[in-house]
Amino acid sequence: MSATNFGFTDAPVEDGSRTITYIAAISEALRQEMRRDPDVLILGEDVGGEFGGAFKVTKGFEAEFGRNRVMNTPLAELGFTGVANGMALMGLRPVVEMQFADFISSAFDSIVQFAATAHYRFGGAVPWVIRAPCDGGIRSGPFHSQNPEAWFVHTPGLKVVAPATPADAKGLLIAAIRDHNPVIYFESKPLYRSLKGYVPAGEYVVPIGKANLVRAGEDLSIITYGAQVREALQAAARLAAQGISAEVLDLRSLKPLDTEAILATARKTGKVLVVHSANQLAGVGAEVAALIAAEAFEWLDGPVQRLGGLDTPIPFSPPLEDAYRPNAEKIYAAAQALAAF
Amino acid sequence: MAEVTLATHQRLELYYWMLLTRVFDERMLALWKQGRGVGGTFSQRGHEAIAVGAGYALGPDDVVAPMHRDLGCYLLRGLTPRRIFANLLGRATGVTAGRDANLHGLGDLSLGIVGFVSHLPQSLPTALGMAMSFVYRHEPRVALAFTGDGASSSGLFHETLNMAAVWNAPLVLLVENNQYAYSTPLHEQMKVFDIAPRAEIYGIPGIAVDGNDVEAVYAVTHEAVARARAGGGPTLIEAKTMRMLGHAIHDGAEYVPPELLAAWAQRDPIDRYRAHLLSEGAADQAELDEIAHRCEVEVEDAIAFAESSPWPDPAAVQQGVYAE
Repeated sequence: MSATNFGFTDAPVEDGSRTITYIAAISEALRQEMRRDPDVLILGEDVGGEFGGAFKVTKGFEAEFGRNRVMNTPLAELGFTGVANGMALMGLRPVVEMQFADFISSAFDSIVQFAATAHYRFGGAVPWVIRAPCDGGIRSGPFHSQNPEAWFVHTPGLKVVAPATPADAKGLLIAAIRDHNPVIYFESKPLYRSLKGYVPAGEYVVPIGKANLVRAGEDLSIITYGAQVREALQAAARLAAQGISAEVLDLRSLKPLDTEAILATARKTGKVLVVHSANQLAGVGAEVAALIAAEAFEWLDGPVQRLGGLDTPIPFSPPLEDAYRPNAEKIYAAAQALAAF
Repeated sequence: MAEVTLATHQRLELYYWMLLTRVFDERMLALWKQGRGVGGTFSQRGHEAIAVGAGYALGPDDVVAPMHRDLGCYLLRGLTPRRIFANLLGRATGVTAGRDANLHGLGDLSLGIVGFVSHLPQSLPTALGMAMSFVYRHEPRVALAFTGDGASSSGLFHETLNMAAVWNAPLVLLVENNQYAYSTPLHEQMKVFDIAPRAEIYGIPGIAVDGNDVEAVYAVTHEAVARARAGGGPTLIEAKTMRMLGHAIHDGAEYVPPELLAAWAQRDPIDRYRAHLLSEGAADQAELDEIAHRCEVEVEDAIAFAESSPWPDPAAVQQGVYAE
């Protein structure tokens, strides 16, 4: 682990002082890939013009790349995701901005029925990326806070990634764009402007399917991804003050899962807490827990525990949303209980 | 109505592709009745002129997203009867090597064909995306998508027409209005029985055509393709026909009034075209008999090939989910 990059990326440190926000890292990856490869283009609602997207990720892109490569779409997620399917079949590499991850349900058929099956059925590669701004904690209510990754992890033919740091946001997006398959890229809105970190200026790839051990520990493992990595690290720091040594594994990639890294940490500490913002029932954590139960049972010193969102729509009002969603405080409490088992 | 001149050899090609479709279809249904089929399958009867007439209007570099009643289009684009029959029987030599069923998924991008999914409206934005890739790369190519009257009720039908119009895409959308979506008749599907006029609200041309007249289907599609290629934007074509058999092989279609089928039987696209070619002197009976013989030989060969082809290896079940 390098102090300068907080252990969050495998990329070499050129200038440890170059820190940018998570959202700036996303923009940088897109801009660099569009400069490198003329087949990369962007489409989505409000992405073009001076506006540059609801979160301004593509601000200035139309001026640099032209309207042909920064396509404003009508409000039709199912349709424009289908358009991305057709473009990708012809060898283009569309990066679709789903304005909020919540809206991805409107595009479901185009993703899970067409894109996910095309290569298996007739060898039609669909190399697109859907950027899906996800997660809550920012008081946005039931339709601007969701984490729908489990639907897609359950779908053969897709890849799913969820970066937790600025460096991974850039490197995983570059990897997703260069991948020959449909990749859903869940970017965590709560990290957009609140998380800064070291990001290499040049191009680099964080390989899809590789987890990252962001904190080593002895007593228990916290396995998580996305915005909950930051929460888990805060919890681990507090646990350390109590004499509990927690390891934190950032999955980075949800499909494929890095089963080797998951089993390694489970076998090392013997106690595992899986955390995610998405509701717990039938979430990614269930798959991780089942994997550990099947493959690392004899190493376990306690039941694999999960901490996820409640099985409710995501409420708006701060006390309600805080009751719904995992955070450092809840992770701390759950880890403390597990450590005492 | 668009005016086109077809040379005699082209007219005989149209006849050949339609008849090949019919012979394939009849032999397929016979095989299924003998219990030699695998799973379900879809009859083409009533759709031959649409699939062939529209498909024939495309250039070699154009792309097409046909559906499950467009066997003639797959054939004329270059998928061989052997590969298609092997697909029907789930064999390793089929187009999808046993992965997708019957006519589903019959895609071969080297032939400009996209394999459709059961959610038929999906073909529409896919074809639009292909069309927009041609705009993106400044290529003079056109995309054609087929869909049905049932699919015209879906939101995706609207989404695609609207986007295609806004983007002035080189796209032709063809609705095969065959009066029934499975068991649901047109009057339970829509208030206005004509689909082509919907084009007007998107600001694009909408043209209805007799789907049992192969030269008429060819002519309107040819005109739409030429307009799209010249930068004139998308066209909606509605080809009216009748699905003469059930939705799929298991379906006796008892819900269809017999008098409706009897009326449409008088307008069989292949019988009509045969009479037309003979009356115009484009061909004599001996030439048409020769074509029929050729179709029968090809289909018998395809069946023999498919039935003697190996099953896919179960060990391959997980291969190909992802592109490497």
